[in-house]
Amino acid sequence: MKARLFTLFLFCAGVLFAMHWNRPKSTMEVVEEPPVVERENFDKMMSVLTHRRCVNCHPNDGVPKQGEDSHPHNFGINGKQDSHGFAATNCASCHQAENNTYSGVPGAPEWSLAPSSMKWEGLSPIEIAESMMDPKRNGGRTPDEVMHHLTEHELVLWAWEPGVDAQGNPRETPPLSKEEYIRVVKAWFEQGAVIPAAE
Amino acid sequence: MKISFTINGQDQTVEVADPYTPLLWVVRDILDLKGTKFGCGKAACGACTLHVNGEAVRSCSYAVKFAEGAQVTTIEGLGTKENPHPVQQAWKDQVVPQCGYCQPGFMMATAALLEKIPNPTDEDIDQNIINVCRCGTYYRMRKAIHQAAELANNSTKE
Ligand code: FES
Ligand code: FES
Repeated sequence: MKARLFTLFLFCAGVLFAMHWNRPKSTMEVVEEPPVVERENFDKMMSVLTHRRCVNCHPNDGVPKQGEDSHPHNFGINGKQDSHGFAATNCASCHQAENNTYSGVPGAPEWSLAPSSMKWEGLSPIEIAESMMDPKRNGGRTPDEVMHHLTEHELVLWAWEPGVDAQGNPRETPPLSKEEYIRVVKAWFEQGAVIPAAE
Repeated sequence: MKISFTINGQDQTVEVADPYTPLLWVVRDILDLKGTKFGCGKAACGACTLHVNGEAVRSCSYAVKFAEGAQVTTIEGLGTKENPHPVQQAWKDQVVPQCGYCQPGFMMATAALLEKIPNPTDEDIDQNIINVCRCGTYYRMRKAIHQAAELANNSTKE
């Protein structure tokens, strides 16, 4: 009798375990935790957008940053009133549409600070994504426009051709190749631009 | 490569092997206009400041190819001995220069500032006139900038 009961107990325990193991995830859980592949695209994209080649020009104090140590821009330049600098001394006084290899001054079309609504310095990847997707803070862009900006704008893509600094040393590029970055950004938008819940 | 632009009101075409040659080199070595000075070559000191289409730029860091079709003005074209620009007049009145090396750059930066802000405050001056003077003539320059603004405003009123 005891042996029978024990066998029955083992059988029930096995069934319960199998049921739990194959249990489908609830809708709630899917929302809270995006599928792995989506999160991977998000994380890869943000590894670029949090790199100093991007954040140096998205400051939280109106002062552009420079260099690998993100020090405040030399000469007291700031973009507090105008993201192009001061009236007579502004970005274009020194920065042209291309890098200058002789002086080490970087350049790209439309060289300027990001507008003050687009402060990224000091934000977490999730906060940056929220800011980037918020029309009140992203210059009124639709998700599609944000995607095109991120993957096509020459000033954004300058990050992969940042030229040399004043000492002639090449500037560091973001951690992904340009092609891989464009691929993951597009994939993230195609999958619904899901921003993971804050940890 | 041939590049054409207007400099101090004259049409010029120059031939350069490297389109990234600094405009400063072209101005000084090809066009023989020696008023614009070389200081750092890194867009840091402002000695090489001239105007491209009325905007102050640092010509040591300005590839000549970008000057195609532009109006370039150097210190030689700012005014004449007989008819000095208000900035040049004020600089003389205030006896600003010491060694003089940095002064053309400062005068060009100031002339560009007065076009944008006819009555600059000290704060405007601090923000926009960020050239370097090894002789430390900043105090006299500040006085000269205010005087130049006055002279320019009086001449437009007349
Ligand atoms: S020589 Fe051009 S800024 Fe110093
Ligand atoms: S007067 Fe000598 S460097 Fe300015």
